[in-house]
Amino acid sequence: MKDKIFRFLLFVAALLILLLSAAIVYALVSRSGETFREYGIWGFITSAEWDPRSATEEYGALSFILGTLYTAFFALLLCVPFSLAVALFNGEYFKGKKIAGVVRSVVDLLAGIPSIVYGLWGFYTVRPLVIALDVNAQGFGIFLSSVVLAIMIIPYASSLSGEFLSMVPNNLKEGAYSLGATRIEVVQHISLPTAASGIVASYILALGRALGETMAVTMLIGNTNRIPGGLRGTGNTMASVIANQFGEADGLKLSALITIGLLLFIITAVINLIAKLVMKKLSHA
Amino acid sequence: MENIKITHSKNAILQLKDVSVSYTPEKFAVKKVSTDIYPNTITAIMGPSGCGKSTLIRAINRMHDLYAHITTTGEILLKGRNVLEMDPMEVRRMAGMVFQQPNPFPTMSIYENVLAGYSLNGIRLNRSEKDEIVEQSLMSVALWDEVKDVMSKRGSFLSGGQQQRLCIARTLALKPEVLLMDEPTSALDPISTNKIEELLLELKQKFTIIIVTHNMSQAARISDNSMFMYLGELVEHGNTAQMFTKPQHKRTEEYLTGVFG
Amino acid sequence: MSQVKPISFKSRKTKDKTAFILICLFSFLAMVPLFFIIWDVVAKGYKNFNLRLFTEVTPSSVDALMARMNGDPIPGGILNGITGSVLIVGLAILISVPLGLFIGIYLSDNRGKKFAKVISYLTDLLQGMPSIVIGIIAYAWVVKPLGGYSALAGSVALSIMMLPMIVRSTEETLKMLPASYKEAGLALGSSYTNVVFKILLPSGFGGIFTGVLLAISRVMGETAPLMLTALGASVVNWKITEPTSAIPLLIWDFYNDPNLVDLIWSSSLLLLIVIFLLNWIAKIVARKWKI
Repeated sequence: MKDKIFRFLLFVAALLILLLSAAIVYALVSRSGETFREYGIWGFITSAEWDPRSATEEYGALSFILGTLYTAFFALLLCVPFSLAVALFNGEYFKGKKIAGVVRSVVDLLAGIPSIVYGLWGFYTVRPLVIALDVNAQGFGIFLSSVVLAIMIIPYASSLSGEFLSMVPNNLKEGAYSLGATRIEVVQHISLPTAASGIVASYILALGRALGETMAVTMLIGNTNRIPGGLRGTGNTMASVIANQFGEADGLKLSALITIGLLLFIITAVINLIAKLVMKKLSHA
Repeated sequence: MENIKITHSKNAILQLKDVSVSYTPEKFAVKKVSTDIYPNTITAIMGPSGCGKSTLIRAINRMHDLYAHITTTGEILLKGRNVLEMDPMEVRRMAGMVFQQPNPFPTMSIYENVLAGYSLNGIRLNRSEKDEIVEQSLMSVALWDEVKDVMSKRGSFLSGGQQQRLCIARTLALKPEVLLMDEPTSALDPISTNKIEELLLELKQKFTIIIVTHNMSQAARISDNSMFMYLGELVEHGNTAQMFTKPQHKRTEEYLTGVFG
Repeated sequence: MSQVKPISFKSRKTKDKTAFILICLFSFLAMVPLFFIIWDVVAKGYKNFNLRLFTEVTPSSVDALMARMNGDPIPGGILNGITGSVLIVGLAILISVPLGLFIGIYLSDNRGKKFAKVISYLTDLLQGMPSIVIGIIAYAWVVKPLGGYSALAGSVALSIMMLPMIVRSTEETLKMLPASYKEAGLALGSSYTNVVFKILLPSGFGGIFTGVLLAISRVMGETAPLMLTALGASVVNWKITEPTSAIPLLIWDFYNDPNLVDLIWSSSLLLLIVIFLLNWIAKIVARKWKI
């Protein structure tokens, strides 16, 4: 009897995850209703107009969607050489060695630093460098936030891909060595292709992180409500516009911000799903 | 127990002189092995597991270089050159290796697998050269007829025995001087094993083969010469027929008659 | 068969070496920001890292300005943030840990079942959800119905973030336990409930506790969801229905108020110390209670 109750409780707890997810979607969708009624889904996504003045009130998400994609993809691009190096360092060159453990711990600590501290560091330390590099006058913008974002996602991109690299069977690598290959040739022709889908999946997950990152970006991107004019320009991401304007929002503006939250939720969910599918393909190979 | 003493001969293609391999400074897996291997022969290395037979052939193509804690000492002369002083990449192309588990590269097609030695070594070939190498290599392992229509399939698509022959073809494609085989049939079924044994008898016309095996009847079937190792030492090396009928050492006799194994 | 052309190994070896050096170099460069950040926070934060930080609440902007003009040290600390973080995170632990444990046990026990797979996928989905979106959810669920910002709303947001991490660590830990543990317990006539509470959870304690600690350290520095839920307060508050501050929320306030800028780094220093300490303890626990 006791067991039956306990098992039932476990089931209910698990069921709660399902309810939670459903309730999340419901909360986001129902509160987006006003926006959709006003502009339609497509209209909201494709409009770059964001004007909160009550007389000329008008909301569209395009600037923020583009701002999010710009920063996230540029950050991903910037993080590749570093995270790939760390992954190879830990999963191939120094696999199982003490030094790999040290590097892993240090990189893990990077993942532990709160977003807001990254924002401070970006503002006080990186921004002057960006100004000195003459990227733009104020330093704020896509470039600055992408640089800091890239550093923030290195741990996510490197730890998983390092794990996949370390799982490449030793007998394949020995087979390649026995044919006279150098280490980098083995890495290039055997290790990387064999671990490819796992590595791709970890970069997709890192991209998901970058898309949803809020505080650091809010502090560094310049917070302008228009389509960013390239890397040197300022802008807003979907997350940063919510963080910035949620507090004072009500009515249609609140609904528009929540709709942006819904879009962000959908994007990250799809990204995670893709990463999962890519990894599934790996386990079948 | 003493290692056997030998007088080295000029005709040998491969000469081992006091070869020792250690995993830690105190622990030797192979102790002062000296012997000669002659061209176009099959030499079987036998012995109980842990006797150092795999360790010994992996010393010949410098596989131990991949692991920092393993040291090899002595001299290994391949066609008169000491492989321990050569570039390991060059050594490994001269001494091809086939492993216990068939290990075709899963990201490459059958065609690419045969040419893997070339692509890995950064050697560029034109299409007709490639085709010729692939066809000849696969012919020499009697795999051509079986796979010629499925060249673009992945290597892992083949059966275990076919995979192992593909791995042999991949090694032969680089035209090595010696072929080192580390229990190449222990993961295979009897029919595939039989095929590979027949293949080896043909391949010795062109190559010199050293095969590690713990299957005594396999050694008796295919090898010209046999080496018996025990606890890292080479106990006996000689003509296979002779060793199986009149072993010189008590240990060898005990092993061959199944007292231990 | 065409002859194998002898090629010089020199260029290939150079390439091999260069690649190795580049990999080491870039790995090193990837670690550099950590030291810069820590250096920044410590060098700028230690001056105001004093008892006052822990015993006084945030000064008003005007008081801070006056002290500034007189050249005095900033009059106040972040006690309201410390107590707020304790309250919000503590409540989030109370919500998420029991739930996470139960769901983790369920998943480890029902591997392969379709429903468990769905739950497992949704757990991943929750884990990948941006924290700002979780903030919106807690706003819609708690702030709106209660008619105001509150510590409870913040705790709900943080517990949604912690839940998937605790589920995963519980599930992974229990999966690693030998099946014989459970079988031996059941064979002795023990009930399933007893097996779980007397054998499985105690044996998996290290892994689960590590997971909980890491989850706490992860939400300790969360700012965005709290901005939408707990809002912040300039006084110490222990009521879960009232707006409450937290250390990261204060850092955000200080960042936006030039008069309070002196407190940014000492509070960041405290936050980093707490987070790294939690990480460190988690590592020790993981090592000590290794299965």
